[in-house]
Amino acid sequence: MAILEVSHVNKRFGGLKALNEVQLSVEEGSVHAIIGPNGAGKSTLLNCFVGRLMPDSGSVIFNGTSLLGLRPHEINQTGVSRVFQTPEIFEDLTLLENVMIPAFAKADGAFKFNAWYRVSSRAEVRDEAAALLEEVGLADQSKMICSALSRGDKRRLEMAMCLIQHPKLLLLDEPTAGMSRADTNNTIDLLKKIGERGITKIIIEHDMHVVFSLATTISVLAQGTVIAEGNPDDIKGDPRVQEAYLGGAHL
Amino acid sequence: MNGNSTRSDFLLLIIFAAVVLTAPITLAPIGAGYPDILQKFAIYGIFAIGFNILFGLTGYLSFGHAAFLGVGSYASVWMFKLFTMNVIPAVIFSVALAGVFALLIGFVSLRRSGIYFSILTLAFAQMSYNLAYSVLTPLTNGETGLQVRHLAPADRGPDYVLKLVNEDLRWVDQAFGVVEHGIPITNLFGMKMSGYPGFYFCAVILIIAFFIAMRISRSNFGMMLKAIKSNQNRLQYTGVNTRPYLLTAFIISGMYAGLAGSLLAVTDPLAGAERMQWTASGEVVLMTILGGVGTLIGPFLGATLIKGFSALFSSYNENILHQFFSFLPEFMQDGVVAVASMFVGEGWELTLGLLFVIIMLFLPGGLMQGFYLILGLFKRKKTSPPAAGKSEA
Ligand SMILES: Nc1ncnc2c1ncn2[C@@H]1O[C@H](COP(=O)(O)OP(=O)(O)O)[C@@H](O)[C@H]1O
Ligand SMILES: [Mg+2]
Repeated sequence: MAILEVSHVNKRFGGLKALNEVQLSVEEGSVHAIIGPNGAGKSTLLNCFVGRLMPDSGSVIFNGTSLLGLRPHEINQTGVSRVFQTPEIFEDLTLLENVMIPAFAKADGAFKFNAWYRVSSRAEVRDEAAALLEEVGLADQSKMICSALSRGDKRRLEMAMCLIQHPKLLLLDEPTAGMSRADTNNTIDLLKKIGERGITKIIIEHDMHVVFSLATTISVLAQGTVIAEGNPDDIKGDPRVQEAYLGGAHL
Repeated sequence: MNGNSTRSDFLLLIIFAAVVLTAPITLAPIGAGYPDILQKFAIYGIFAIGFNILFGLTGYLSFGHAAFLGVGSYASVWMFKLFTMNVIPAVIFSVALAGVFALLIGFVSLRRSGIYFSILTLAFAQMSYNLAYSVLTPLTNGETGLQVRHLAPADRGPDYVLKLVNEDLRWVDQAFGVVEHGIPITNLFGMKMSGYPGFYFCAVILIIAFFIAMRISRSNFGMMLKAIKSNQNRLQYTGVNTRPYLLTAFIISGMYAGLAGSLLAVTDPLAGAERMQWTASGEVVLMTILGGVGTLIGPFLGATLIKGFSALFSSYNENILHQFFSFLPEFMQDGVVAVASMFVGEGWELTLGLLFVIIMLFLPGGLMQGFYLILGLFKRKKTSPPAAGKSEA
């Protein structure tokens, strides 16, 4: 069953057609990779899913509800979390607080006026956040202010922030960009582990090693158009993909 | 960790309360132990502590909070005029009315952020200020200001409503048969709110206000406000509707301002539009920044420093300066006094400006940063402590 159904999505920036009649069907429980050259429109497409951009036309249906016109927090509350291409975290707060905030957003909803009881009185949330930091390998720094973290660590933190919400759909925009080989492999392991929790994932990635280690389906985007879609083996052998994306190089 | 921080907060509250309540004694040696100035410390401390809930926690800089201060003062004086000189109803009504004003102004202003938000709040405050001087004169008594007056004669005509700015009713007091000789003084169930009792009333409210601000800062709500300051976008993509959080913070800080305005009227029952002027809004910004934005104690320190300095330096004149510099030879004395007198009396704001520049250059985190620097020096001498997490006092 498709959990996310994207059809005929168009988005224009001035004279540039960033998305052109994009069709995408993401199966529940799958890991759907979107690949394509720089500037193909991959991040733009994700922006249309989370309420950062409004497509000019088309539809985006998640779990039976249209996401178009919803505000970012409303979309998140339906069960969609996103890891951004440049890490978006709460730089002035501690790692633990960074992970607790999304947990509260999930538990308490979009707004709850609770100005009397201490944050630390919600021990179950703190424990879950601590456990998740442990899982992504940041437990030692949990009391630290985030601005001091390396870029790779920030991304792992952001992943923890999304995971604590137990989203139905997790959007990952180049989760391993700028990471060392070792960190990349850690991230692959982490994502595989999340896979076992049955979270559907859309992953934008440049690193083919990551894509072919994780993806169950791949869509290829070039100049705003989906030029191919299929399982990893089909995509590997598709000559159009090699032409558009890999400049003819053999996979 | 939980128990520990609860205990240190409790300790902080106890110390704060002790410092505030003993101020009449401890500040007496430097000549600031009298109720007039102590009340100002407490009242502007409340104003700044409340302002910090918005500015310090969310980063939204309002340039119009004096409007709520003014609303609080007017509301209290009206309660004195119409109902009773007892301060409790006045305080409650002022806080509530300031809350309503904050809801309206905040609802519109919070549609924008950054400098546009600041300008919107400034515009609303200036509008309130101008309204108080023009169309609202029947309510504010314009330039003269609103004051507690004598009672209207018993045989008042049907047009008494129009004379209410000059002739009071005090229905509740009258119903209880309170006899008035001249202009009455505010009271707390009979206890006169002038002199030290007035200060202690303000001091107790300050301690309560501080305690509430502390709870807010440590709560879930407070954490969300800090997250807004840090990265509002991320918070929205995390499922949080930031607007109602901001509006609630705005209303709470507006209510604190209304409370401060009410206490100004409690200790001196008159209200004027100048209380709403933009300079008054700017002053609370300075207090908060000077003391330390986002800290619990800082805003109170800043308020005390500014109000203390203004009282101290504005009271100096050339005679006092001559005495002060009398150790210098005569020919130097005149020159030094001439220069120094620019910074005192009417020129005290020059001193304040200099002080502000110096503190911002060397301690951008305000007085609290200086406090932590000194604390750090002492700690390092004794033992080298492990790098602790963020501590906020
Ligand atoms: N907000 C925007 N305004 C104008 N142009 C944009 C905007 N966002 C993206 N673009 C353009 O749209 C194209 C697709 O960008 P993007 O989706 O970021 O590509 P990528 O596939 O590398 O993630 C690029 O040419 C980019 O310059
Ligand atoms: Mg991109």
